[in-house]
Amino acid sequence: MKLATKLRIVVLVAAVAAVELLCRAGIIKAFTMIPPSEMALSLWRLVAAGKAHNDMLRTLSAVGVALFASIVAGAAAGTAIHSLPRVRRTLDPLLAAYYSVPVFVFYPMFIVIFGLNDRPKIVIGFLYAVAAMIINTLNGLDRVAPVLRKTARVFRMGPAATTFKVVLPCAAPYLFTGVKLAVAYSFIGVVGSEFILSTGGLGYQIGFAYHDFNNRTMYALILFILAVTLIANMSLHAWEKVLLARRGLL
Amino acid sequence: MSARFPAAFFRSRAFDFAVFAALFLALWQVAHEWGGEVAMTAPLDTLVFSAKTLASAEFWPHAYATLRAFLIALVLASTAGVLAGAALGFHRLSGEVSEPILVGVYSIPKVTLYPIILLFFGIGIEAKVAFGALHGVIPIILFTMNAVRNIKPVYIKTARVMRLGPWPLFRHVLLPATLPEVFTGLRVGFALTLIGTLLSEMFGSRSGIGFQLMNAIGLHNMDIIMSLTFLLVAFAGTANAAMLALDHRLHRRV
Repeated sequence: MKLATKLRIVVLVAAVAAVELLCRAGIIKAFTMIPPSEMALSLWRLVAAGKAHNDMLRTLSAVGVALFASIVAGAAAGTAIHSLPRVRRTLDPLLAAYYSVPVFVFYPMFIVIFGLNDRPKIVIGFLYAVAAMIINTLNGLDRVAPVLRKTARVFRMGPAATTFKVVLPCAAPYLFTGVKLAVAYSFIGVVGSEFILSTGGLGYQIGFAYHDFNNRTMYALILFILAVTLIANMSLHAWEKVLLARRGLL
Repeated sequence: MSARFPAAFFRSRAFDFAVFAALFLALWQVAHEWGGEVAMTAPLDTLVFSAKTLASAEFWPHAYATLRAFLIALVLASTAGVLAGAALGFHRLSGEVSEPILVGVYSIPKVTLYPIILLFFGIGIEAKVAFGALHGVIPIILFTMNAVRNIKPVYIKTARVMRLGPWPLFRHVLLPATLPEVFTGLRVGFALTLIGTLLSEMFGSRSGIGFQLMNAIGLHNMDIIMSLTFLLVAFAGTANAAMLALDHRLHRRV
């Protein structure tokens, strides 16, 4: 193992241990934060009792829909925009400015349009994630060397074969970055919307527990969301490494 | 006609952009006709009401509250981010140890952490500042760290050959070498800090534009929702466009 990796584990363990000690010693009061060990225990109990299953399912399925839609639509839109230089020239500065606009300000409008159900938060998650996917699809397609496309033509490959055997493998690293960002952004969009105004889901339950001074439930659910996003990101990262290693790029 | 509008005009960026803007406005108008006044105000009405909002007395105290929290958060995030990023950039091992941790923290949905911030700081400007700064600081650290790491060693060696003292070394070598990347980080940090500040206002606060927006949802006042959204998008878009132009200029200079 590399020295940096070892040190990183030491740093992380020390940080958690420090928070644990501060909480146990009463320097951080129990109504502000509970010790990390109790967060984990509380989450375990919550899952074992099945109390949060409905909300977990609701949030995760909303994230799933937003994520799937944003990946498909983002890749499709990215490909379309890439093939139309004039459209791209017009949209490029707008895409660069996209993440400077807080998408959540549209949430009230979507509630009015779709009603107070799961649809507005899916739309927010989608809108947050789709631009990252479009931008990274464009970046990936830019990196496909013209000579590769020409070679495909020399071999008389059809559009489908060219896409799957030449373009996608070349653009894969960038598409992966897009997917990783889309995971993070669709979570932010959905959970953030649930916080602001919703009728259920993990964000809603965290907000509810906060107003109820129920720190055990609140911290358990926060831990759950953090764990899910970190695991999703780390598995994508591991998969990406496998793909890169197979192509001899690592 | 063709004499006054040469073919080049129809191929220009300005023409493309005008077509795009016209399409966008048309879509907005159609969506308004289709969804009705309840769902969306028409483009022209939104503009008129935005102007009225800007002239109204109750808008400015909220705008001031948001702007104040945002600016304090931005100053904190920039200072801490640039200093930490520079330290992690110069000390390679610490940089290597902390980079994956920072990327990990960057990718978690920070909205989930907002109740914790509220418990630590209470409802008020402190929570807004903390949440805004939390959003902005990590990209600033990451960009600054990369900028410092990518300084060409030959620059520093040359400076040593010329016996530059610490201040001239910073002023004439380190600063110009890192400025473009650091500025990109600050631009991203600016946008994220604004998002963090607004988000904290929407979830729990007693003042600010985010609070006004939430109030308007409660009252189902579409005029206020649309005009505040429009004003925020206009502000964020304009600030970003200006910073992006400066960013491109800085990068071209190198």
